[in-house]
Amino acid sequence: MVRYTVRRLLQAVPLVFGASVVTWILIHAAPGDPIVALAGEDGDAGYYAMMRERFGLDRPLHEQFFVYLGRLVQGDLGFSYRQNRSAVGVILDQLPATLLLMVPALAIATVIGISVGTLAAARKNSTLDNSARTATLLGHAVPVFWLSQVLLLLFALRFDWFPVQGRNDARTDYEGLRAVLDVAHHMVLPVVALVTVYVPPIMRVTRAAVIENLDEMYIRAARARGQSRRRVLIRHALPNAMLPIVTVIGSQIGFMFAGSVLVETVFAWPGLGRLLLSAILARDFAIITAMLLMLSVTIILMNLITDLVYSLLDPRVRHGT
Amino acid sequence: MADRLVALRERAVSGRRRAGPGDADHRGARGTGGSWRRFASSPVAVVGLALTALFVLVAALAYYIAPTDPFSFAGTPFEPPSPKHWLGTDDLGRDVFAGVVHGARTSLFVGVAVAGASLVIGTVVGGVAGFAGGKVDDLLMRVTELSQVLPRFFLALTVVALFGPGLRNMVLVLALTSWELTARVARSGVLAVKELEYVTAAEALGSSPWRNLRTHVLPNAIAPVVALASLQVGGAILIEASLSFLGLGDPNVISWGYMLNNAQSFVRRAWWMSVFPGLAIAVAVLGVNLLGDALNDFWNPRSRTSGASG
Repeated sequence: MVRYTVRRLLQAVPLVFGASVVTWILIHAAPGDPIVALAGEDGDAGYYAMMRERFGLDRPLHEQFFVYLGRLVQGDLGFSYRQNRSAVGVILDQLPATLLLMVPALAIATVIGISVGTLAAARKNSTLDNSARTATLLGHAVPVFWLSQVLLLLFALRFDWFPVQGRNDARTDYEGLRAVLDVAHHMVLPVVALVTVYVPPIMRVTRAAVIENLDEMYIRAARARGQSRRRVLIRHALPNAMLPIVTVIGSQIGFMFAGSVLVETVFAWPGLGRLLLSAILARDFAIITAMLLMLSVTIILMNLITDLVYSLLDPRVRHGT
Repeated sequence: MADRLVALRERAVSGRRRAGPGDADHRGARGTGGSWRRFASSPVAVVGLALTALFVLVAALAYYIAPTDPFSFAGTPFEPPSPKHWLGTDDLGRDVFAGVVHGARTSLFVGVAVAGASLVIGTVVGGVAGFAGGKVDDLLMRVTELSQVLPRFFLALTVVALFGPGLRNMVLVLALTSWELTARVARSGVLAVKELEYVTAAEALGSSPWRNLRTHVLPNAIAPVVALASLQVGGAILIEASLSFLGLGDPNVISWGYMLNNAQSFVRRAWWMSVFPGLAIAVAVLGVNLLGDALNDFWNPRSRTSGASG
């Protein structure tokens, strides 16, 4: 187990390095001059030169690359000249608001996906199964930002059940429980939109994995010993189907962040989505590239964790058979 | 699609161990007379084919279906749907129907270009890796792994934000990040085929390795790769729409995402500006996804358990 863990960790290092190289190349190959963007179009040459020196942009490229790598190792992913703060700091400030949407949505989606997927597998080709599969296909095709707009049109504007945008009611100054309920009320529509796109992959994989396991000999053996269908399904088939389910959840992290950013934009939710949008408008590229790099590293880590969990659950994985 | 992709990835990752001459057996079913009938007997295939055909026809005949220029002022702003403007007009009095029809061209172009690139890059990288083996294989697979961990949406967003909006940049970055699975499947296909006797025979007859790969190995390993590449179309359409929705689309080309970006500011005032372009995306993506699923049930039968018809 230790050897497997070390091996997987060592395999992750070149990936992280590769991701940082890609990000650096993007930053430096991009047209446009960050100094001009910062100091304005009509600064004089001396001022530009001073700024360039201050930010180390006058040094040769390979030196800049090593400076960049050295900073990465120290957790410095760039500086937002616009906000005059480190990009990581700005992003971490907005992250909780995004997680406030993502985490509940993922939790709800996991419960729905696994339970409906298991039921659909148990009653293959039933009405439930067919509707679940149709819903999955639709969920894969619908753009999440459009779904958000439609939810907003229907349930906020037409029926007035939920607030239109934002995280809390700006007109009132709630405290304590009422403030929490106010935020929860604002969360409903964005979370529903996210759940709709998070469920399909989880449900589809659950269904497929449970069906595959129900065909196995050990299931027949358990049934032959007189265990009920229900018990066999929940105690035998589902746990054995967990590996692919864990994989799909782990591998979807980038997709989940993308969904959240888009949903936040529609609902004017103050999270990473809004930060990203304002960074695009202000050409604050440090924020954008830092976000790309942080997310890449998160994905590498998630893959690593998934693999390690896998090998804990299933010894065949670490022995490579 | 994602879950099917995971299933295929698992199969492809372990391809080196599992792949053997016997793997080619399932392909025997193809080519027998009933293949079209078998394909057409699946409702998924039929619906997918019909929706995709509709999508392609609208894109191809856009200038006949909606002669109005989608950027021209066709009426007063914010007209609701009416016999004159079927889907209403937007904030500048542009016809939404014309926008939806012409937007199909952009989506189709992006989807097909990305899937085509995924097929070409994946086949070359996977084919060379599987055929050459050894160090070349290891290096190429490391690169493939890297392209898998980079988040596509954010990478595309970064590139388009840094290098400027435009369809070319968008297609380029989506193409460069979409070949991981096609490469893996091409590689395991090549691994299975290259051990077959006719390949050894060709080698013995003096056929060069490159020629051998091109004329003997790849043609027999390509079908599952094509099917897999078809699954990239829907994803590429969705990402293009998402980026355009964030204001990173090509400003000179009408697209469904651009229309939704514009609609966002007027969502209280003009519901039709939001509803119809989004519906168009959903129908188009559903169509190409269903067709891709059907193609994969046909050519990648081992992942059929996760398929819509399974």
